[in-house]
Amino acid sequence: MASDQATGGLQIHPMDQFIVKPLFGGDAIHWYTPTNVTLWMALAVVCVVLLLVIGTRGRALVPSRVQSVAELAYGFVYKMVEDVAGKDGVKYFPYIMTLFIFIVFANFLGLIPMAFTTTSHIAVTATMALAVFFFVTILGVVKNGVGFLSLFWISAAPLALRPILALIEVISYFVRPVSHSIRLAGNMMAGHAVIKVFAGFAGVLGVGAIFPLAAITAVYALEVLVSFIQAYVFAILTCVYLRDALHPHH
Amino acid sequence: MATDTNAAEPVGMPQLDFSTFPNQIFWLVVTLVVIYFVLSRIALPRIAAVLAERQGTISNDITAAEELKLKAQEAERAYEKALADARAEAQRIVAETRAEIKADLDAATARADAEIAARAAEAEKQIAEIRENAMESVTLVARATAAELVSALGFQADGAAVDTAVASKLKG
Amino acid sequence: MEGDIVQMGAYIGAGLACTGMGGAAVGVGHVVGNYISGALRNPSAAASQTATMFIGIAFAEALGIFSFLVALLLMFAV
Repeated sequence: MASDQATGGLQIHPMDQFIVKPLFGGDAIHWYTPTNVTLWMALAVVCVVLLLVIGTRGRALVPSRVQSVAELAYGFVYKMVEDVAGKDGVKYFPYIMTLFIFIVFANFLGLIPMAFTTTSHIAVTATMALAVFFFVTILGVVKNGVGFLSLFWISAAPLALRPILALIEVISYFVRPVSHSIRLAGNMMAGHAVIKVFAGFAGVLGVGAIFPLAAITAVYALEVLVSFIQAYVFAILTCVYLRDALHPHH
Repeated sequence: MATDTNAAEPVGMPQLDFSTFPNQIFWLVVTLVVIYFVLSRIALPRIAAVLAERQGTISNDITAAEELKLKAQEAERAYEKALADARAEAQRIVAETRAEIKADLDAATARADAEIAARAAEAEKQIAEIRENAMESVTLVARATAAELVSALGFQADGAAVDTAVASKLKG
Repeated sequence: MEGDIVQMGAYIGAGLACTGMGGAAVGVGHVVGNYISGALRNPSAAASQTATMFIGIAFAEALGIFSFLVALLLMFAV
C-alpha cells in the first residue's frame, strides 16, 4: 500500500495480521518451519483436548459444565450429520466432527486480540475444501459407479432442458470447493480486516475514538456469531456433499 | 501494487503469498490428523458411551416410575373399593335401622289404634246406655206428669190410656 | 503517470466490486425473511428447516464473498 507512506497520520495495515511468520526468528519459511500457523493450530488442538478429553474425564452421569458443552457439541454435529447426510452418513461423523471442531476453535482463537487466524488463509480452507471435494467424489464413484453421474442428469426436468441443466450442475459441482473454501476464509479475513480498519481510525481520532470503539464492539459481536455460523455452514455443506455422494438420485 | 512498492514490505495479501502454502498445508494436515485421532480414539467413544449410559439410566428410571405409577393406581383403586364398600355397609345399616324403627312404630301405632277403637266403642256403648236411660226417664217423667196433669184436671187417670197417649206423643 | 492511472482503475474497480456485497445482503435478507414468514405461518415445521435456511444463507453469502475477494485482489494483488 503505497499511499500509507504518503499520508503519514493514518497508518492502517489491515492485512498485516495475516502474515505468516516463523516462530523462532529467521526469514525462511520451509514446509517444516514452526510458524505462527503452527502455534495457533497447536492451541486449537489443545482446546479440543481440553474440551473433549479433559472435560469429559469424569464420565459423569450428571455432567459438569464443560462436559455438558462437549456433549452439546457432540449431539449438535451428530444430529446434523444424521439429518442432512442420512443414516448411512453417520459412519463419516468423526471426519465431519474433526473439521467442525477444528474450524470452531480456530475461528474463536482468532478472535483473541493479537491472535493469528489460521482459517483466514485460503491455503488452509482450500486444503480442507479440496479434501472434502475429492473425498465425496471418490466416495460417490466407488459407492454408485456410473450411477453417480445421475447427480448431474436431473430426471425431474423436461428432457429438452436436461443437457443445459447438466452443464450447470457440472459447473456448480466443480465450483463447490472454491465457494466452500473462499466462504470461510473470506468471512474470517473480512471480519478481522474490518476490525483492524476501525482500530486504525480509533488510533488517530483521539477522544472521538469512542465511535470506532463502539463500532469495533458491534463488529466483534457479529464476528463471534459469524465464527460459529461459518464453522456450522462448512460442516453442513460437507454433509450436503456427502449426501449427494451417497444418494446421487435426487 | 505491493510489488511496485519497497521490497521490505511483504506481498499485499498474505493469503496469496504462495511461499507459505506448503508450511500451512503441512501444519494443517498434522493438526487435522491429531484432532482426528484424539476424537476417534478417545473423545467420541467416551461421549457416546456417557450419552448411551445416561439414556439407559433415564429409560430405567422411567420404567421404574411407570411401575410406581401403576402401583399407586392400584392402591388408589383398592382405596376406592374400600370406600365404596364402607359406604354400602353404612347404607345397609341405615336402611335396616330405618326398617326396624318403622316396624316398631307401626306396631305401636296399631296398638294405639286398637286401644283407641276399643275405648271409642266403650264410650259409644256408654253413650247409648245413657241415652237409653234418658229416654226411659223422659217416658217415666212424661207419664207421671201426664198422670198428675190428668188428676189435677179432675179426672181419674187411667194408667194404660196415659201410657198409650204418652208413647204416641213421644213417637210423634 | 501511467502507473497512477492503473492504480486508480484498480481502486475504482475495487469500489465497484463492493456493490456486489449489497446484492449478497439482499439475498441473505430475502432468505431469512422468507424463512421467518414461513416459520410464523407454520411454527411446527420451522425447526426442521433451520439447516436448509443456513445452507441458503451460505450460498447467497458466498457470492458476496466473491465480490469482496475481487475487491481485495484489485487492492492488493493486481
